[in-house]
Amino acid sequence: MPAVDPEADDNHITEVGGTGVPIPGDDIDTDQILPARFMKEVTFDNMAEYLFYDARRDDDDELNDHPLNRFEGANIAVVNTNFGCGSSREHAPQALMRWGIDGMIGESYAEIFADNCKSLGIPAATTDHETVTEIQQWIEDNPDGNIDIDVEDETVTYGDTTVDVDIDDAMQEALVEGIWDTTALMYSNMSKVEQTVADLPYADD
Amino acid sequence: MSEGTLYDKVWDKHKVTELPNGQDQLFIGLHLVHEVTSPQAFAMLRERDIEVAYPERTFATTDHIVPTQEEKRKRPLEDEKSEEMLDALTTNTGDNGITFFDFESGKQGITHVVAPELGLSQPGMTVACGDSHTATHGAFGSIGVGVGTSQIRDILATGCIAAEKQQVRRINVEGSLGEGVFAKDIILKIIQELGVDGGVGHVYEYGGPAIEELDMEGRLAICNMSIEGGARAGYINPDQTTYDYLEGREYVPEGEAFEELKSYWGSVASDEDAVYDDEVTIDVDDIDPLVTWGINPGQVVEISQPVPSPDDFDARTDREAAEQALEHMDIEAGQSMLGYDVDVAFLGTCTNGRVTDFARAAEILEGNTVDDDVRALAVPGSETVRAECEARGIDETFIEAGFQWRRAGCSMCLAMNEDSLEGDEVCASSSNRNFIGRQGSKEGRTVLMSPVMVAAAAVEGEVTDVRRFYDDDPADALTADDVSEVAD
Repeated sequence: MPAVDPEADDNHITEVGGTGVPIPGDDIDTDQILPARFMKEVTFDNMAEYLFYDARRDDDDELNDHPLNRFEGANIAVVNTNFGCGSSREHAPQALMRWGIDGMIGESYAEIFADNCKSLGIPAATTDHETVTEIQQWIEDNPDGNIDIDVEDETVTYGDTTVDVDIDDAMQEALVEGIWDTTALMYSNMSKVEQTVADLPYADD
Repeated sequence: MSEGTLYDKVWDKHKVTELPNGQDQLFIGLHLVHEVTSPQAFAMLRERDIEVAYPERTFATTDHIVPTQEEKRKRPLEDEKSEEMLDALTTNTGDNGITFFDFESGKQGITHVVAPELGLSQPGMTVACGDSHTATHGAFGSIGVGVGTSQIRDILATGCIAAEKQQVRRINVEGSLGEGVFAKDIILKIIQELGVDGGVGHVYEYGGPAIEELDMEGRLAICNMSIEGGARAGYINPDQTTYDYLEGREYVPEGEAFEELKSYWGSVASDEDAVYDDEVTIDVDDIDPLVTWGINPGQVVEISQPVPSPDDFDARTDREAAEQALEHMDIEAGQSMLGYDVDVAFLGTCTNGRVTDFARAAEILEGNTVDDDVRALAVPGSETVRAECEARGIDETFIEAGFQWRRAGCSMCLAMNEDSLEGDEVCASSSNRNFIGRQGSKEGRTVLMSPVMVAAAAVEGEVTDVRRFYDDDPADALTADDVSEVAD
């Protein structure tokens, strides 16, 4: 099957880095990240344009001082608790990814959002409130400074500081081993799938 | 770890194998597809030249973008982007041999309304859909999970998702509901107690006398909002109510096959000595109807309670959220939500767009008229719901009261069609999310409540205790004067 090759080097995500963008706030839902009215498209191609569309504009529709407007070109988003709650729309992490985000650092994420990040090969690291706040402030002070997420070692380095972070085991394993594209992985088990189906009382087809 | 729960049993039945990263490959018995989150997944499949593995276990409908006004439902749709999405779904389902409940089928509607009423959702199944409200199907004793588009691709290609087992929290709901208080109030109460992220990492098993007493439509409303409590899935053990509901539905086998299935259904219910990771008890005896006062579903009060002050919350995050909510909603701490001015009444959605919801609201509307300043929309959750309401004359009660009686769709729950709040309008809504911008206007304000509370708000033009409509002597019904405290 012409799918992602688990052996190919570029599937292995051991480290991501670049400049950062703080996106402060708790419970930022996917309706804010990608307002529903912009989902009326059959591809994800234009999603970057719609990222935090309303939050990034003032009442006259002019761009305001939202961090995404101030930290153009950033690669690492630093967020607070329960980021990406609400709708399951993959449009939200797709928009972040297409805008340029390669990795996330936050206090916590909604589950479906974290799953979607994994599907896209975006590491989502977690750490405590103080550390997140400190990194967010550090970015404000060092907009051109580099932040690295080491997925293997579960550390984040910004400036001269390195801190331990957590990355969910399954996510870490999938990223580091290059098996985050689960279609190829699961496709290789189709005979086992058929056995499982044969044992289901409701699936007599 | 939990043991002997429905979740454990259904998971084990559907587990194909363990994947190298420690996740399980889990077979999905029912895959529901809609127009917004699927076209990209079908495109990924085409790129990889893979066929849909289990088209016979995949069912599609269109709900998010469809117009609900009769005259706007002609193809091609006026809105080009919507037409393109509908066209893509028609092609994708046609090419892959997937049943599509389109406009012509007469069965079109919201996925989470259509699948239950057709008997597609059954106990002991795994159900997935590219929509976070897939937890709804847990009402039958299934595991329903919302998935992203890459996972839709996985399911289309392999029939499976890669997933980790969650912890199981049993929620015992004790007591019985008073007049004018319904399933929606129970789930809002649960979210009030456990918070919007209380369920992260958990699946909720709802049980106890107040849950067992509910009809299937009430159970669907409860499980539907599991995700609003942060739980990706929520379920209720199947019982006689479940079996009675399913018997005779289109996709449920008859006769001996039904009896055989029923014994499977019974076998997956949680054992009496099942082990849970966590158990909580919530008493709903004598609770009052609940309404949200803020911008997430956990910012909710019984109507006898005043709007809280940010200082009432221990957690910094809750205090900040409360401050933002008070500002957005333009209310003050200590105020009652009763009397809060309403511009729009919206009844429908995958939470509360079923026949019973409309029937109960119609009892309130009978002989009453919608306030002159209120725009009121009744949007059946499916065309099947619409047809049944019309057969019972429920539509006439709505129309006579001054509601617009629409065709099926998600409508103003998330305003992907023409149905939208404007400016800072306040909407009394039977939907599930009060996030800023959710109903189509970033200044718009949403007050979540039960269907009967929506009907009462429509009539009075303000948030109102629906209990005054049940009784000739409304002494029990609350008004703002009973609630408001003088803010310190």
